Amino acid sequence: MSPLLDVNDLVVRFSTVAGRVHAVNSASFSVDRGETLGVVGESGCGKSVTVLSVVGLIQQPPGEIVSGEVLYEGRDLLQLSEQEMSQIRGRDIAMVFQDPMSSLNPVLTIGRQISETMTVHLGMSREEARARAIELLDVMGIPEPAERYDDYPHQFSGGMRQRVMIASALACSPSLLIADEPTTALDVTIQAQLIDLVRDLRDRLDMAIIWITHNLAVVAELADRVCVMYAGFIVEEADVFDLFAEPLHPYTLSLLKSVPRIDQVIDEELFAVPGSPPDCLWLPRGCPFVPRCRFAVRRCHQEAPPLREVGPAHRAACWVDVGTGRER
Amino acid sequence: MIDTERTDHVWQEDRGQRSFTPAQMAFRRFVRHKMALVGAGLLIALILYVSAGSLFYSEENANYVDLRARLSPPSWEHPFGTDLAGRDLLARTIYGGQISVIIGLLAVVVSVVVGVLIGAVAGFYGGWVDAVLMRFTEAVFNIPQLFLLIVLAKFFAEGVPTFEILGRTFSGSVVIIIVVIGLTSWMYLARIVRSNFLSLKEQDFVKAARCTGARDLAIITGHILPNTMAPIIVSATLQVANAILAEAYISFLGMGVQPPTATWGNMLNEAYNHLEGAPWMWFFPGTLILVIVLAINFLGDGLRDALDPHSLAQAD
Amino acid sequence: MTRYVIRRLLQAIPLLLLVSLMLFVLASNLGDPLASFGGVRRRLPAKDRERLTKKLGLDKPIPVQYLIWLVGNDWMEIDADGDGVPDERGTRRGVLRGDFGTSFTEKRPAIEIIWQRIPNTLLLMGTSEVVVIVLSLVIGIYSATRQYSVVDSIVTTLSFVGYSMPIFWLALMLIYIFGVNFRRWGLPYFPVVGMYDLEVGRTFGQVLWHMVLPVASLSIVSVASYSRYVRSQMLEVINQDYIRTARAKGLPRQMILFGHALKNAALPLVTIIGMDLPLLLGGSVVTEAIFGWPGMGRLYFKATNKADIPVIMGILVIISVLVVLFQIATDVVYAFLDPRIRYD
Repeated sequence: MSPLLDVNDLVVRFSTVAGRVHAVNSASFSVDRGETLGVVGESGCGKSVTVLSVVGLIQQPPGEIVSGEVLYEGRDLLQLSEQEMSQIRGRDIAMVFQDPMSSLNPVLTIGRQISETMTVHLGMSREEARARAIELLDVMGIPEPAERYDDYPHQFSGGMRQRVMIASALACSPSLLIADEPTTALDVTIQAQLIDLVRDLRDRLDMAIIWITHNLAVVAELADRVCVMYAGFIVEEADVFDLFAEPLHPYTLSLLKSVPRIDQVIDEELFAVPGSPPDCLWLPRGCPFVPRCRFAVRRCHQEAPPLREVGPAHRAACWVDVGTGRER
Repeated sequence: MIDTERTDHVWQEDRGQRSFTPAQMAFRRFVRHKMALVGAGLLIALILYVSAGSLFYSEENANYVDLRARLSPPSWEHPFGTDLAGRDLLARTIYGGQISVIIGLLAVVVSVVVGVLIGAVAGFYGGWVDAVLMRFTEAVFNIPQLFLLIVLAKFFAEGVPTFEILGRTFSGSVVIIIVVIGLTSWMYLARIVRSNFLSLKEQDFVKAARCTGARDLAIITGHILPNTMAPIIVSATLQVANAILAEAYISFLGMGVQPPTATWGNMLNEAYNHLEGAPWMWFFPGTLILVIVLAINFLGDGLRDALDPHSLAQAD
Repeated sequence: MTRYVIRRLLQAIPLLLLVSLMLFVLASNLGDPLASFGGVRRRLPAKDRERLTKKLGLDKPIPVQYLIWLVGNDWMEIDADGDGVPDERGTRRGVLRGDFGTSFTEKRPAIEIIWQRIPNTLLLMGTSEVVVIVLSLVIGIYSATRQYSVVDSIVTTLSFVGYSMPIFWLALMLIYIFGVNFRRWGLPYFPVVGMYDLEVGRTFGQVLWHMVLPVASLSIVSVASYSRYVRSQMLEVINQDYIRTARAKGLPRQMILFGHALKNAALPLVTIIGMDLPLLLGGSVVTEAIFGWPGMGRLYFKATNKADIPVIMGILVIISVLVVLFQIATDVVYAFLDPRIRYD
């Protein structure tokens, strides 16, 4: 069965005052129907730009989708007109963003913001949309949904606002939900509630999800498969269990190692990946992770490794076998 | 850490670039603004016109009365025409321009000094000092500037006699106008400086300075003020335009700089009665005012974008 | 929200008092109040000066003079014949009750003269304000949605030119082109003086026709600057996260622009317009002077030329109060429109 979303060799750049930023470098990944793909990486590694390019929300200029294709149910979204794209957005592919306070329009009621997708995409009347929106609010666990329909975003707490965002995203029952760090700005407990909520909804709606986060624990709970990104490159892609059990890219290894464990001995220093993420104005000649990698061999300095199969349904962009420390 | 020597790369089409200092970034932002560059160019041209122009026309030329040539339209001999008393308008615009520009600049000096002083004290000390100063600022702000200008200029204009600097005579009203415009335009800047001070004084670097025993004045001038320079510069630049306009308004009404000292504004006052018959009398000085204000506005806009990129008006 | 309104009104009181104090200080220094007595050329003999000083209450301490200026002296006894002993009740009712004294030039209460002129100025300024709001919104939105296009560049440049123009230059140009030259060229031309043709009388049509050029002069400069403001606000709003959300929902462009963006962008415009009143009033002085429009601005100009202090002070006080009240009004409107403040 062909995947729901199939991204091939996406390259995105930005022109800034300081120069050109290579935000996404030849990214390729896919998502099947009903599957949850987790995308992890540090801030600034290109995760958001990648998914924003998928739904065509990158401003061009100053951005530029240089090449690549984004196949959704077989159609290349990059070739669609804005008109056609806007029919897909909100209806087939929905997005939830990181900061619910700034992502909701402060001068419109939340009810209106949930209903509008339904009136626009599904042709519902105001009353029908309102009824359905109130249902959604109820499902999201917002008390007194009928009264709260007419409230404004500033009258809700952070966690509730994010639920409102999710409600408006799910209003038209999309096949693909893209969530860009939706819980990063929230308390851990709220985060846990939201994740439970999403898991429940996903199962009920048979919805595919791309969930971006820099928190590995969240990935472990939600994702079926995981992509690891670094400096605009996808460096590893695997089934979630395989990734955690046997990471095959040095960056993934370091990430996992830097998560503190409860059973850690107290006087051991916490591990942090040495060095700092690269300035994407620069594209070094070889592998982007070289300066921080303890497995680097000569080839790594000269030639950037492509993302290729190194195990069953497991891809990594590395010349070295991290198990043995030797070149493959 | 990163291999800075090797710059060619299979994916990369452009060479890598160094990162820039804040000053360089500001300059790059400024230069991106075509209009700001045009403004800067116009301004330089105008300054040259009013200053270097005096090499071609002496002040005598500007004041030379030739009743036979009165009210004549532009010609080769008098490219801008002549006025009521037969004086060459081109020469008068040169000398008038000098006064207008000087008034603009000096008035801004006055208003910046007052504004920064009040804003800094209010923002730094806070509390009731701030409350009182801000009420005062608001009160003055609420009285329309032109009304205040008119009444102050009219009633206090006799204060200063004509004086001489560098061999040239100036009407005493010039000083009055400078002071009056300065004293009625500081409010906006005071507010900006005050809010900057209020937020900056809470910053850690101020606390650190206090820990090393720095006294208030040193903190204000050495630490906080340099960080407020950007809005002060932008505001001061735009204020020059406003000051030139204010002088033009009040001189046009006949209450500003008094003859024989010419300014672009009072040349328009003379021209008012000859609207139909001698349009060149008001057209040239008026257009010059327009051009210089325009140039300053372009420049100020570019400066604002370069130095203060997060402020409201983002030009293209 | 009612709390907000009450709070604003209360805040205004110390402000108004401060303004009145400053104006009083100004009023006291505008020249020798005794100069208008005793004729133009003669100075009064010392005895008469002393008598008048006592009569006018000028020997009292300043705070008392301020008080009298503010609330009048008809509730107390003053020294009417200047002999040092209070004997009669005063006649002044004070600024708070609209008594600014008698005009030096027209020998009528200043307030009467001013009151006659206020409606004319309000008519001119009110119309200009409406024109400004409508045009700024239209032009600002139009150029914001076409950022980087040729039209946008032209509009932006024209806006810069527009608000760099001195109003009187613009007025003179308009008069020259539309008043003088149109007539010369036999085209329908606009009148350039006064509010209506004396022969025809004060009809609606006449006033409207006469208003065109003055309103144009007053508004063009403001439209130029506010349309830029609207444009930059729209651009800023368009870059906000919630607009990105709206686009991610696939909403049609018109809906995003007018349903989501505009309300956020237009809100600060309300405040800006509130702050604009002082400038508009200043502009009206010049405009009325040029077009001979019988309003408050022209009256102020004439009064200043004739050193008619009661009228001058009357106008100053009235416009300052107007400015403060107008700002309160716009703040209240803003609070009403912004749900974050309305439902607090």
